[in-house]
Amino acid sequence: MTHHEHGPALTREIRSRTGIEPARCYQCGKCTAGCPMAMEMPTRIQQIMRKIQQGREELLEDPSIWICASCEQCSGRCPQEVEPARLIDALRELSMERAPGSAPRRIGAMHRAFLKQVKLNGRMFEVGLVVGYKLRSGAMTDDVEAAPGMMVRGKLALVPTRIKGLDEIRRIFEACEPRRGADEETP
Amino acid sequence: MKFGYYPGCSLHATAREYSESLLTLVDALDVELEEVEDWACCGASSAHSTNHLLGVALPARTLAIAEGQGMENIVAPCAACYGRLAGAAHEVNADPALKEKVAGILERPLDNTPEIINVLAFLQQLLPVIQDKITKPLEGVKVACYYGCLLVRPHKVTQFDDPEQPESMEQVCAAVGATPLAWNKRIECCGAGFSLSRTGSVIRLGREILDDARAAGAELVVVGCPMCHSNLDMRQGAMNKGQAGADDLPVLYITELVGLALGLDPKAMGLHRHYVSTKPLLDRLSTALVASEGKVS
Repeated sequence: MTHHEHGPALTREIRSRTGIEPARCYQCGKCTAGCPMAMEMPTRIQQIMRKIQQGREELLEDPSIWICASCEQCSGRCPQEVEPARLIDALRELSMERAPGSAPRRIGAMHRAFLKQVKLNGRMFEVGLVVGYKLRSGAMTDDVEAAPGMMVRGKLALVPTRIKGLDEIRRIFEACEPRRGADEETP
Repeated sequence: MKFGYYPGCSLHATAREYSESLLTLVDALDVELEEVEDWACCGASSAHSTNHLLGVALPARTLAIAEGQGMENIVAPCAACYGRLAGAAHEVNADPALKEKVAGILERPLDNTPEIINVLAFLQQLLPVIQDKITKPLEGVKVACYYGCLLVRPHKVTQFDDPEQPESMEQVCAAVGATPLAWNKRIECCGAGFSLSRTGSVIRLGREILDDARAAGAELVVVGCPMCHSNLDMRQGAMNKGQAGADDLPVLYITELVGLALGLDPKAMGLHRHYVSTKPLLDRLSTALVASEGKVS
């Protein structure tokens, strides 16, 4: 049985959101050993697991949680089946709610721009995504040389495809709104 | 044969050649794909990374619509869409309270979630038909099968192949005559959705993957994911720049490779849309093919 009530507040919150007991991690380090992004993270996944156990709230402002590429290697290899990638998702969700704006600028901009397109059209519209991303991230000149190549190859649609069930998509977004607080620009 | 079909956003845009090669291939195999009506984006990494419920509800809408269409299965060629659809199906089936909540949000029944099939499982099922139609076996073509992350992980969701030592892609490649190589980076991550927001990471990871494939003697890399493809193909110029011995290495969708063995038109399959030119490979293949045809006659 999972005891939702014991431990520091952050530990309890992660446990209740995921149904996973963070205390099961015994710090073997296999997650970090197989993590493709470990070398770029100030706090590596094994350390993140320890900090969840300790209830360290500063995790919500740590860029490391956003540098995870969601490759699922750690979850696949964890001998305790603690699913570090799932816990990272829960940390990011909490970070969006309680420490908005703490994601590295470009990564946060990408997530917001991506979901904005889904909410607007029901499907991805790449040109809209790139424009939205650039406006939010300030990375105006990145990849400007890539667009013509994509056009030549017929890889960019110029107008979005809108699905018929947009009302339903918007209802889904509304129903899934965070419980408290919110990013000032929740898509 | 008939399957449910979820193209996903990439196949309509950046991964156009994946769509073209898949549709050309199923046409040649007399397989019918019935599209999920009015499907929406699966939410990809942005939904599940920022809002777990949204990351389940968006793909669950597709599951519910497919169920309403009476589909028993859905082929999801994009590995990321596959991961999200299979993940949502896994979560709602494992958690009745979540299932009820999501069905309430969707205002749709969500009872018999269809089986989600990735491109490798799909082609494996079709292998007997494929093998009957091979006209140009890819004999002597050395391929590095690259699975990346989401075709095999997380195993409890995919229930597919061996997550550490998968074999399904090699089996499909070998079945059309190619020679799959042993190499180390088959299940390593390419950086996925960081293509724009953390390009440097994608270059670092992609370079390691391509270097290892070259060291193993590969003349092409085979993929089953639009993100793997765009990272390894579109970004390859930046990966190879200034690197000694980093020759262009074509990156083919598995559907393109199988299509070539069936003698399907490379242009109809979109092989001209790649960043790393496929022309030297196609030229070499046609030379080899002419030579082997010569021997036969």
